[in-house]
Amino acid sequence: MSELSELYQQVILDHNKKPRNFHKLETANRTAEGYNPLCGDQLNIYLQVEDDQVKDVSFEGSGCAISKASASMMTQAVKGKSKQEAELLFDEFHRMVTGRLNEENEPNQLGRLTIFAGVRDFPVRVKCATLAWHTLHAALNNLQTISTEN
Amino acid sequence: MATLEQLITIKPKPVEVWDVERIRKDFPVLRQTVNGKPLVYLDNAASSQVPVMVIERGAQYIEQEHSNIHRGVHYLSMKATTAYEGAREKVKRFINARESKECIFVRGATEGINLVMHGYGRKFIGAGDEIIISALEHHANIVPWQMLCEEKGAKLRVIPMNDAGELLMDEYQALLNERTKFVAVTHVSNALGSVVPVKDVIESAHKYGAPVLIDGAQWAPHARIDVQDLDCDFYTFSGHKIFAPTGSGIVYGKAALLEKMNPFQGGGDMIKSVTFEKTTYADLPNKFEAGTPAIASQIGLGAAIDYLNIIGREKAAAYEHELLSYATERISAIEGVRIIGTAREKLGVLSFTIDGVHPHDIGTILDQQGIAVRAGHHCAQPVMRRLNLPATARASFAFYNTKTEIDQLVAAIEEVIEVFG
Repeated sequence: MSELSELYQQVILDHNKKPRNFHKLETANRTAEGYNPLCGDQLNIYLQVEDDQVKDVSFEGSGCAISKASASMMTQAVKGKSKQEAELLFDEFHRMVTGRLNEENEPNQLGRLTIFAGVRDFPVRVKCATLAWHTLHAALNNLQTISTEN
Repeated sequence: MATLEQLITIKPKPVEVWDVERIRKDFPVLRQTVNGKPLVYLDNAASSQVPVMVIERGAQYIEQEHSNIHRGVHYLSMKATTAYEGAREKVKRFINARESKECIFVRGATEGINLVMHGYGRKFIGAGDEIIISALEHHANIVPWQMLCEEKGAKLRVIPMNDAGELLMDEYQALLNERTKFVAVTHVSNALGSVVPVKDVIESAHKYGAPVLIDGAQWAPHARIDVQDLDCDFYTFSGHKIFAPTGSGIVYGKAALLEKMNPFQGGGDMIKSVTFEKTTYADLPNKFEAGTPAIASQIGLGAAIDYLNIIGREKAAAYEHELLSYATERISAIEGVRIIGTAREKLGVLSFTIDGVHPHDIGTILDQQGIAVRAGHHCAQPVMRRLNLPATARASFAFYNTKTEIDQLVAAIEEVIEVFG
């Protein structure tokens, strides 16, 4: 059961139950919809970007605990970051959950997001953890809809 | 783990009472552990496991008979052809078709439906015509008809269902009219387990002269098929859901309809003669079987039918009914769990949700206990949308499952609830 408790840590369960920044953002100037057709997970990311900086960010949608908690914690992590910093974080996060970045030995900016490291032991759940990040990337680059299957 | 040779010495014998432990010995895959726990395989509606007798038959073909069919005058080709056509004969008896040429081998129900859509639909359905499907359909029995409607300017009509997952047959009657040119419905819902009164569906459609296709993918593993009694025009199912290998399956069609249809795919084996000016198509069933088929898999389907006949399909069905009732009773008693799909007549499938827990999280936690269930929309997104659910968890049963396994499922569901508190 150790892998399981690694996946469903208390923080993740808490963000699933009480997702942060979980609403539509009225001041958004960029949005994107993310969809995982295999699972039916769906979410919208709302961004207020000014001078290449994420001034505010929120999300809405439905999905599993991993996808919801990941979206919730992502909004906290990227708020205030530059577009470039946010993209770098996505890259590090993606490498961590696919087992290509060891968050303990290699330098990274992931901070609290390392709580998702356990996802690497559940390859079928990687798409759940990265859906919000893919959607953020789409919103930052003005792509409106992304699918994990494209 | 026993070797294949050891395994193939185990021959199923007719049993008086359902000796599930003996039956389980026929299925080598069930002997493994997953995440340190004995495998509890409850995803039979997605694909069922293969008994030794079928594995042995496939291996025998590959070891001793492998060759291309319908072509060579040589010994092996004749052996392969005999085995392949023998499997067709078994299918014919399995579904009570009039003639074996009415049984077309396909790689699964999806291909069966597509064959009918291309062969019948594209030839006989035109602008303004209507095709009726139901709210319970799997994507395989929605998308091909949508493609046809788009191409021809025909209209897709949908028989609605109630909250329990039962089709509203009065609404169906109201949909039927002289523009109805085809009806395609499932025999059993793969997402909810509801049994559709297909005999009524067929009888009513025939009053308007509309042919009917039945998607039997979820019925075939559990109950007897009699295409003559149903009077359906087409019936299809996948071999891999009735204990045969993937790549096997059948679409039945009434000979008179198959004769007047266009071929599905063009190529070798489906022709009488070919010149650059004109091709004459082969007679049934070859007209619909272009190219080299999945010979080993279809021979395996024949062996799976033999297996079902040996163990006794009625007894297996009675036992599966008992399992479904037991699972329904135990799971519905857990606080916070909701059974999705409460039709009066159900087969094989138990869909459920847990308050506040997404089905994928259920699926992952159950998998850690060695329990395989399906979590998701089950390729039936319109069913999910109709019930306002993103997804469900689905346990589906076969005659080799046990009440102990259901108890393990119940314990694991309780653990999910504990984790998510």
